[in-house]
Amino acid sequence: MAQPQSTGLKQSAPASVPFWRDIRFIQIFLQVAFLISVIGLGYLLIHNLLVNLERSGLMINFSVLNRPFGAEIAEGQADFDPASTSNLRALLVGLQNTLRVVGIGLVGATVLGVLAGIGQLSTNWLLRTTTNAYTELFRNTPLLVQLYFIYRGLRGTMPDRIADSYQLPGPIYINRRAVNFPLIQTTDTAWIFFGLAALGLVLGIGLWIWRLRVQERTGQPANTLRWFTPAFLLLAALGWIAAGGPFTVENPQLERFNFVGGDRLSAEYITLTIGLILYTAAFIADIVRAGIQAVPHGQIEAARAQGFTSSQTLRLIVLPQALRLIIPPLGNQYLNLAKNSSLGIAIGFFDIYSVANVISNQTGQSVAVFVVMMGIYLSMSLVISAVMNLVNYSMRLRSR
Amino acid sequence: MKRNTRSLALAGFAFVLVVVLSLSAVVPSTRAQEGSILEQVRSRGVLNCGVNGELPGFGALDPDTQQMLGFDADFCRALAAAIFGEVTDSNINFVQLTAQERFTAVQTRQVDVLFRNATWSLQRDTELGLDFGPTTFYDGQALMVSADLGVASIDDLDGASICVLRGTTTELNITEAMRSRGLTFEPVYFDQPSETIGALEGGRCDALTSDRSQLAGLRTSTADPGAYVILEDTISKEPLTPAYIQGDAQWADVVNWTVYATIQAEEFGITSENIDDFLTSEDESIQRFLGQGENPSGTLLGLENDFVVDVIRAVGNYGEIFARNLGPDTPLALDRGLNELWTNGGLIYAPAWR
Repeated sequence: MAQPQSTGLKQSAPASVPFWRDIRFIQIFLQVAFLISVIGLGYLLIHNLLVNLERSGLMINFSVLNRPFGAEIAEGQADFDPASTSNLRALLVGLQNTLRVVGIGLVGATVLGVLAGIGQLSTNWLLRTTTNAYTELFRNTPLLVQLYFIYRGLRGTMPDRIADSYQLPGPIYINRRAVNFPLIQTTDTAWIFFGLAALGLVLGIGLWIWRLRVQERTGQPANTLRWFTPAFLLLAALGWIAAGGPFTVENPQLERFNFVGGDRLSAEYITLTIGLILYTAAFIADIVRAGIQAVPHGQIEAARAQGFTSSQTLRLIVLPQALRLIIPPLGNQYLNLAKNSSLGIAIGFFDIYSVANVISNQTGQSVAVFVVMMGIYLSMSLVISAVMNLVNYSMRLRSR
Repeated sequence: MKRNTRSLALAGFAFVLVVVLSLSAVVPSTRAQEGSILEQVRSRGVLNCGVNGELPGFGALDPDTQQMLGFDADFCRALAAAIFGEVTDSNINFVQLTAQERFTAVQTRQVDVLFRNATWSLQRDTELGLDFGPTTFYDGQALMVSADLGVASIDDLDGASICVLRGTTTELNITEAMRSRGLTFEPVYFDQPSETIGALEGGRCDALTSDRSQLAGLRTSTADPGAYVILEDTISKEPLTPAYIQGDAQWADVVNWTVYATIQAEEFGITSENIDDFLTSEDESIQRFLGQGENPSGTLLGLENDFVVDVIRAVGNYGEIFARNLGPDTPLALDRGLNELWTNGGLIYAPAWR
């Protein structure tokens, strides 16, 4: 592309340059031509789509989203009624399931990724080799393969019969289909407990601040926790007694086929969440390692020369600088995780993509359904991007 | 100077692009001018036939010969024989489709016809831009469970996990069947039949629901077919029917009457073995059926007048196709049941051949 500063045309006699060889004209013309061709191509595609759909008698019809969904859902809402729930509502149930995976996935991948990234730089040979092996393995195999492997592999490690489920204290039952665990629900009087506990928290923080002031004034040790903890615990215990037990626990019971009652995480949910965490964390680990290594060694030496301890060096010198490099690529990984959650369809996880597939198959309105689904995925990604941009902004280098 | 020339070339290219695009946007795509699918298939020399590919008995690759075998695949062959006079490896292209892809493949004309155990339903017939032909197999949805589970009927399945194929009528039927009986269940959805049977074997679900014939087919692919029983309850009507694009009357006739030809042949007792004896038959209705006399038969459809002979030589009559793929001598071992000829108390019936 032409660049104004690199042209020698301006030096020649202006009158002799015809307008079509004028760099300014060419630049504007190229941009306009490009814009028109992009719009034209988009118009062409949409136009042809509509013409072809109309000829096949398949005009886009968004009203199918108001029809009853009709199929039982695999997980999500306990009181879901297929006959009276619209397709749109079913999509939102699917979105809830997706968000459950993405939410836990983001936290898990970040924690595991940061730990593995630091582990890669460890001086401990075993730790360094293990984390390196982990990142290489998970970065270099497809997520779909990993999901199948985890799904089938986990199933193989479980007892054949549901009645033989592994039992953990709680009671928590683990079998091929799900992890069943007690459901904790609040009673009507729970607000008394929460109210008094909150009061205790406020009181505790008040005492904390007061002790800090005392320390400033008199030089006595603040001993903040020694004041905060009893205040909080005392009021919380009072609330518990006053509410007469604010929680009820419902244990899962084995019936003929499955555990009934309590709460459960399906095998598909667990597989997808673990798979996404392991896969994404491997990428995050490398980003973290690279970010830390990118901090110039001179900074660390300077910190040591100033008498910083090694933990102070990491906390005050290395990490703040590394974070600036880590956050933009980290945001990309978060987006990848959110979008990769749609691979759950391969193992039968009931996410929004799965719901959309059911609807588009039952109604034949794939264009309408997929437009709505793309809108939802796009919104999710934009929210993640916006949050990461905000974090990036707050971490930027401030010039004073 | 050189840089400037390049920009000019780019500008010119962009301009041409814009002109071409705006022109092509005005002209609708060329498909509107294409003729009947029959002409397209003839000029292409290949019939694109959509099949399952994963379902033993209906459409599955033979592991040794890599041939597509099955009830549906044989109807594809019958159609190829009707159009081209014979079936060769090169004039028929089996397109393997999942439950989700199948109707889109017909809509976009990726396949000319769909013989893929698809249920004929009101919604599909009206909203998907498809038409359905004559039902080739009358089926119903059933449930398959482990024999040692001690389940005798659907009413025993309260609280069970049930594997379902996504994107089918089955997921709606099982929901209605369980709800109307006041039973709860956990659906486990998969995209491929092989996934559903794998999940049943792997203990992910207690029961697998699908068309009865499909369950019989999937059961043959398990390590121990004897370990599974198909319950007696039939929870839906599943007329498995060929589908093709809506609005091509000639193509619809060709597909329909090819299917009818196999049915009529069974009614006449004409098989791939004895067809040569019938060619000289004195019976006028048989002569007309086989297109031997002056009476028009195939020519009315735009085919060779004796296309029926080619069809029967290639795949045999309806009864032969059934026996070869689904009958008692096959692993599926299905009874004819509703799929018996009308003369034997079944539903298989061809219109008048005259």
